[in-house]
Amino acid sequence: MESRKIRETFKQLFTYKSALIGLLIILGLIIVSIYTIIALPYDTAVELWRAGEKYWLDNPRNALPSWANIFSSKKLPETITLTSEKPKTGVSKAIIPAIGKVSVIRIEFSFNYEYDDFPSELNLFFKAKFNTSSPHLTIHWVKPNGEDIVLKTLSISQEENYYISVDHRLANELKNRISQKLNKSIEYDIPVLASLFAVEDNSIVNPDTVKVMKGIYKLWIEGVIFETDADLDAKLNVYGKVYGWAGTDHLRRDIGIALLWGAPVALAFGVTASLLIAFSNIILAAISAWFRRYIDSFIQRITEIFMTLPFLPTMIMIATFFRPTLLNLLLAVIALSIFSASIKTYRAVFLQVREFPYVEAAKAYGAGNFRIILQYLIPKVLPTLIPSIVLSVPDFVFLEAVLSLLGVGDPLIPTWGKIVEDAFRYGALYKGLYYWVLEPSLMLAITSMGFALLGFTLDKIFNPKLKEM
Amino acid sequence: MSEALLNVEGLKKYFPVRKGFFSRVYIKAVDGVDLKLGKGEAISIVGESGCGKTTLGKTILRLYEPTAGKIFFDGKDITHSKSKELKWYRRETGLVQQDPFGALPPFMTVRKILDEPLVIHGVKDAKERREKIYKVLEQVRLTPVEDFIGKYPHMLSGGQQQRLVIARAIILEPKLIIADEPVSMLDASVRIEILKLLQDLQRKYELSIIYITHDISTTRYFSEKIFIMYAAHVIEYADTREILRNPLHPYTKALLNVIPDPDPSNRFIIKDVPPGEPPDLINPPSGCRFNPRCPNFMKGLCDVKEPPFLEVDRNHYAKCWLYDKA
Amino acid sequence: MSDKHLNVKNFVMYYRTTRGEVKAVDNVSFNLDKGETVAVIGESGCGKSSLAKSLIRVLPRNVSVYRGTVLLDGLNLMELNEKAFEKEIRWVKITYIPQAALNSLNDVLKIGDQMIEPLVVKNKASRGEALEIAAKTLKSLGVSEEFLYRYPFELSGGMRQRVIIAMSLMVKPELMLLDEPTSSLDVLTQANIMNLMKKIKKEYKPSMIFITHDVSLSSELADKVAVMYAGQIVEFNNAEKFYKDPVHPYSRKLMESIPTLRTDKKLDYIPGSPPSLLNPPKGCRFRDRCPWRFEKCVEDPPITFLEKDFYVRCWLSVRG
Repeated sequence: MESRKIRETFKQLFTYKSALIGLLIILGLIIVSIYTIIALPYDTAVELWRAGEKYWLDNPRNALPSWANIFSSKKLPETITLTSEKPKTGVSKAIIPAIGKVSVIRIEFSFNYEYDDFPSELNLFFKAKFNTSSPHLTIHWVKPNGEDIVLKTLSISQEENYYISVDHRLANELKNRISQKLNKSIEYDIPVLASLFAVEDNSIVNPDTVKVMKGIYKLWIEGVIFETDADLDAKLNVYGKVYGWAGTDHLRRDIGIALLWGAPVALAFGVTASLLIAFSNIILAAISAWFRRYIDSFIQRITEIFMTLPFLPTMIMIATFFRPTLLNLLLAVIALSIFSASIKTYRAVFLQVREFPYVEAAKAYGAGNFRIILQYLIPKVLPTLIPSIVLSVPDFVFLEAVLSLLGVGDPLIPTWGKIVEDAFRYGALYKGLYYWVLEPSLMLAITSMGFALLGFTLDKIFNPKLKEM
Repeated sequence: MSEALLNVEGLKKYFPVRKGFFSRVYIKAVDGVDLKLGKGEAISIVGESGCGKTTLGKTILRLYEPTAGKIFFDGKDITHSKSKELKWYRRETGLVQQDPFGALPPFMTVRKILDEPLVIHGVKDAKERREKIYKVLEQVRLTPVEDFIGKYPHMLSGGQQQRLVIARAIILEPKLIIADEPVSMLDASVRIEILKLLQDLQRKYELSIIYITHDISTTRYFSEKIFIMYAAHVIEYADTREILRNPLHPYTKALLNVIPDPDPSNRFIIKDVPPGEPPDLINPPSGCRFNPRCPNFMKGLCDVKEPPFLEVDRNHYAKCWLYDKA
Repeated sequence: MSDKHLNVKNFVMYYRTTRGEVKAVDNVSFNLDKGETVAVIGESGCGKSSLAKSLIRVLPRNVSVYRGTVLLDGLNLMELNEKAFEKEIRWVKITYIPQAALNSLNDVLKIGDQMIEPLVVKNKASRGEALEIAAKTLKSLGVSEEFLYRYPFELSGGMRQRVIIAMSLMVKPELMLLDEPTSSLDVLTQANIMNLMKKIKKEYKPSMIFITHDVSLSSELADKVAVMYAGQIVEFNNAEKFYKDPVHPYSRKLMESIPTLRTDKKLDYIPGSPPSLLNPPKGCRFRDRCPWRFEKCVEDPPITFLEKDFYVRCWLSVRG
């Protein structure tokens, strides 16, 4: 296609609003893809996605995206992380030598909690340096009303994790304490977080009316270390219910990473599959239509055999048995589609074009068969076929998503389909975690829409019989 | 007349058509044609649509393979040569088709269209190709050349398109051009321009031209000899002037009688027209194919035996029993 | 003037395309007495087909201007709304035979079913009556009535054309529009159809507008001739005068470019091509190709009357 024709096509394209929207979407996806590949290279992304809890430990589980707070009347909490390794406001640490090798260590965390909802989790992580004698600690909790509650007393090893929010013994203790304070019996098992953060009045009796006490909270640790060089650091995570721009999943992973990486994967898979398949289909259809007789019959019969194969079930079977990587999946899709049904449609167009006078003229001045196919038939036919090629891209994007959803996609790479699979497997819809399903689905839908809008408009331009005046 | 450049003997071209699942019939588009053409000679093949003249032209060009008969070009027998063996023949011949726009690839510029035959036939030097392209555009008077070289076919008028088609046909300096209805799709005022161009080129380069047409009135300005075709046969052959002055075959007579000149008295005259239509070429009538419509029909003869191609006057042949001396 | 059967005055039809406004029919005037035929001659793109279609109000989708006076037997057709036109005029008083009419037949319907449509749909006859009329009309055109029960592909080109003509005749129209009725037919069949039209002229006496690019063929039917160029009529003359001695330079050059069988004459062609109907040049539209052009030609030439209401649009004919 000559450049002048391309320019003219673009000019016409821009007169259609739908095409502009489609192009913008695709452009957006391309920009996101390029950014993602640069900012978060493949190896890093795969590593991050497979990294276990240790890496993601500071993130809340199943948190909504931060912007959910704009639409919610209740301000959902963000995660607050305070660590004695990084001194800042709200953190203080002091080691006071006592007698001989013994020292007293005091770490204090304080934070202002102004949210309307309780945190999702509360964890305390210790890192201690010592030789033989483990430090002995007492952990205190101070509510904004000044009440000091001892949470736990313990000796710690070099790495000790205290999951406060799931400490059942503590839960019972705190429940009794509140029950006594209010002189009422409480019918339900108050969760630790409620006990630690709620307003302690009658509202706490009913789980539906529990309110958050807002104000400055303190968690302070008093401990004894028994060696001169011993040291102790603690990290407090008050886990929120919102995180980042996309939220987190069941493994505390930032869904945003997978959403970002889904873009280049979807584009690469969709566009590569549709281009390579269209290319092979077109060449085969042209050869079939030009040479006719035996070659035509041969190619058509093979095409028909492939047409009787059910595409999706076959792909599922291949994916289940071979668990291919994304690249191998792409190759499998292409291999199955080289002789796809499109050959019949393209062949019909080539059968018409081969009768055009200029083709006959080319034969008369000695053009060879392949020259005619490549330089006389295909260029005439290509504009008519471009819309259908563009429109087939979403098909392949969805194919990859469906295979991932069914659990037979590439296990390594984070893709949109993978997110949906995780979400379904962990019961996102039952648990009301709609964002987990909606975000990847929306990306898939927008991608499809972009190509569909572009494709239909190209169809109107290149196949003007369908064009409305 | 110099030694024949083109010699066609008993040429037949049948096209198979599937009638039922098992049966096959043939459209006998060309059913026994003899033709001789000398170097630098221009002849016309005249007939109505469906008479086989286009098929004859294309078979001579070996765009089809003959079903029977022989074709000799420049002494060589090309009847059954394979396409690979015919590359030299493609260089020696050119085709001008009826539809000028259809004959040009819409996505190629004028330059590319003219470049193609040169590249195909191994003119490797780009400078040489450029020179040839410029030269041929001047010959067909598509000047100034710079204006046309970058244009696409749809930017040219019908006449210009046809001139480009002619340029493409002559760029390899062929010996024979077959022009199949080259002006029927052009406006009346442009036709003479194209025919004149072909005539000039023919005289200048000693081109042999076969001019195929249904419009016999154009032949007197163009060719020296006429072959009249009816239902896959050549039924009359003579010098152009001779046929127009003295047609022998009843079909030719009817043809010439019926073609109007611009004359206001035409509207008061009911012409004498042979009834019916040209026969279907799958099952043509037995004997002389014109017999169902012929005003000189002789029962028992014309519908039984096919008449021979007889020399009635000097170099004036007709395929008709009327002229059988026996 | 008022006793003319058909009187077209200042008839205009423009339509809009993405590239601009096409002035297809640009102020056309001519007239016919009852039973007369006017041949509208012109080359491709001159607007003659648009003229015919506009007269029977088959307009392009984006028509922008459609005005003028079309008096048929005194009735101004332009004043009728679409409903009235459909009911009273189209295929009742005026019929139209389009170009490439051979392909105008529906391949999946029997001939008879197609032929009776205009009569039955407009409630002019019942199905049985219409079939009878169809059979009679076909017979008068030399087609056996058994073809009513055949499909179009079973008929030859000439027979299909006769069917189309019969369809027009069946409604007994006052005006028939024939747009290149014989263009895809071979010479002998064409002559046969022309003979047929001459017989129809004699028997039924419809007025006819015969559109063709073939000047020689036009003389087979024309009582009057209108030459169209770039959307305008440049010469409107009677047949006797026109074929012997045309007036307008374009008519003359056109005559010179037509090869004749019976007379020996020198042929000439017209260089260049007709202007596009998108932006016709100011002044005389033929001047770029006219060998007799002079300074005045940059202005629109006025209409000069020849005799009666025949005219020519050329500065050369303006006296004084």
